[in-house]
Amino acid sequence: MHVHALDRFEARDSALHRSDPRLKIVLTLAVALSNAALPDGSWLAMGCMQALLVLAALAGGLRPWYAVVRSAVALPFMLAATTVAFVTPGVPVAQIALGPWVLTPTVEGLERLASIVLRALLSVQVAILLTATTRVPDLLHALGHLGVPSALVSVVGLMVRYLTVLVDEAQRLMRGTQSRSAAGPDGTGGSVFWRARVAGSMVGQLFLRSYERSERVHQAMLARGMDGRHLTLYGHVVRRRDHALAIIAIVGLIAVHIIARAIPIR
Amino acid sequence: MPRPETMLLHIPDGFLSVGVALACWVLMVLVQGLASRRALDVQLGGRAPLLGIMAAFIFAAQMINFPVAGGTSGHLLGGTLAAIVLGPWPAMLAMAAVIGTQAVLFQDGGILALGANILNMGVATVAIGFGVYRPFAGASRPIRLGAAAVGAWLSVVASAALTAIQLAVSGTVAFALVMPAMVGVHTLIGVGEALITVAALSFILSTRPDLIDATAGAGGRMWSAVGLGVALIAAALSPFASADPDGLERVAEDLGFEGLATSAPFAVLGDYLIPGIEDPALATILAGVLGMTVVLGLAIGASRLWRREPAPG
Repeated sequence: MHVHALDRFEARDSALHRSDPRLKIVLTLAVALSNAALPDGSWLAMGCMQALLVLAALAGGLRPWYAVVRSAVALPFMLAATTVAFVTPGVPVAQIALGPWVLTPTVEGLERLASIVLRALLSVQVAILLTATTRVPDLLHALGHLGVPSALVSVVGLMVRYLTVLVDEAQRLMRGTQSRSAAGPDGTGGSVFWRARVAGSMVGQLFLRSYERSERVHQAMLARGMDGRHLTLYGHVVRRRDHALAIIAIVGLIAVHIIARAIPIR
Repeated sequence: MPRPETMLLHIPDGFLSVGVALACWVLMVLVQGLASRRALDVQLGGRAPLLGIMAAFIFAAQMINFPVAGGTSGHLLGGTLAAIVLGPWPAMLAMAAVIGTQAVLFQDGGILALGANILNMGVATVAIGFGVYRPFAGASRPIRLGAAAVGAWLSVVASAALTAIQLAVSGTVAFALVMPAMVGVHTLIGVGEALITVAALSFILSTRPDLIDATAGAGGRMWSAVGLGVALIAAALSPFASADPDGLERVAEDLGFEGLATSAPFAVLGDYLIPGIEDPALATILAGVLGMTVVLGLAIGASRLWRREPAPG
């Protein structure tokens, strides 16, 4: 796994890259919260929220639709919500005969489904923008300042550092297994239990390799005076542009909610 | 990094109501605060590198899978394995690190939903898996492995049940349909989890038994009580646990999902009696299971189509 799989854009320079990571984390949470609180069917407010996110992408030096396109990662889960289209009582739209039963989507149900999906897509985009405009060490440093237990912060920091190393290790194990194993016409061999045992042994093997690596890393860190904290070269100072960003974001979110509640939905 | 099956447990934002999401966040923060205090030696002894790399191990281990049949694969969520090899409190921290990183860096699961996701996949799985394993930690090898298998299976099923409950309380899904479907699908996924957990433990017990024995006595009986308690609650909420066909309706009524649960049969099934089954409640449950099997089949199929492109380079 290439190291840039994680941070293709975070090392760039833009207005959003330069703002305080603590502020960006708080704003990310605020936007996620605000999205969750948008009422069903407030299409105009959701459109305004999307416009704000496109502006944020531009402020982050990204393509305007960068986060929109990548938000498709959340789509598969949305099929679980399709049930609301049929179980919400309301005006029936159509009758879909499916084997022994008839599915009756209602206007209210479809509206609720669309609202859930749009809220989910809007919220995914904030996380995408946060990671695309913030370096991981800065993110961790800011989490520490925001009250996340230092043990958890250093665990996350070291985890992210060794993620690519261990994913590579896992891929080497899988490649080795594949090259040693003959496969039948359906692409598999042996019984399911045998295959499960092979996979489990790989997990065990990966654990031992990781554990022994962690002991070496630990000793190397102790030898160099590491105390588990992650330091950053970029000091976190709240500047005037951070105040401006905070004010713009808060005014924007309030405006979205006023639109959502003031303008009649139907 | 494709992990299509686990996506069913990674709730994105927008699916939980504000109240449910915040309640889960508060609970998660309390538990993780306790975990980071209990795992104090992580800080004082400077053992953070060990735990950080172990968290990365869990992340990487979730990628290892084995083909089952028909394009589906068995894979690992890892809560039980982590609890047994790391001890329960450090395992909770490691799982929180894994799930948090998946949410923030890979957008696998939402940020507002992170509280719920960590509770379901990183706290409940560890508590249940270790709770079931702990009383047998000093027993012979086959009994230990058996306990780990039961713990791993139960932890995944309970995690799915919790996810379904949170979604239903948020009014995002129909409880009567999604609860049996999530529990049903994860009854099978849990078998994969149990098989991999047992094989991995058996491998580690053969090569480095000292690593597992070091954590075996962690926490005494408290963990057995906690784990079995959570498992019992989850089981009591599961409609499958009840031999009474009205169990689902009763649970729904008790928990105040009445509206959702009872509106389901009328809206979904214009003519909801499955031929040959007289009891309407049973017919509803069966129809729900059938319907959601189709929807979840589609979900898994679609998530395969949508699986992310391999990382560049």
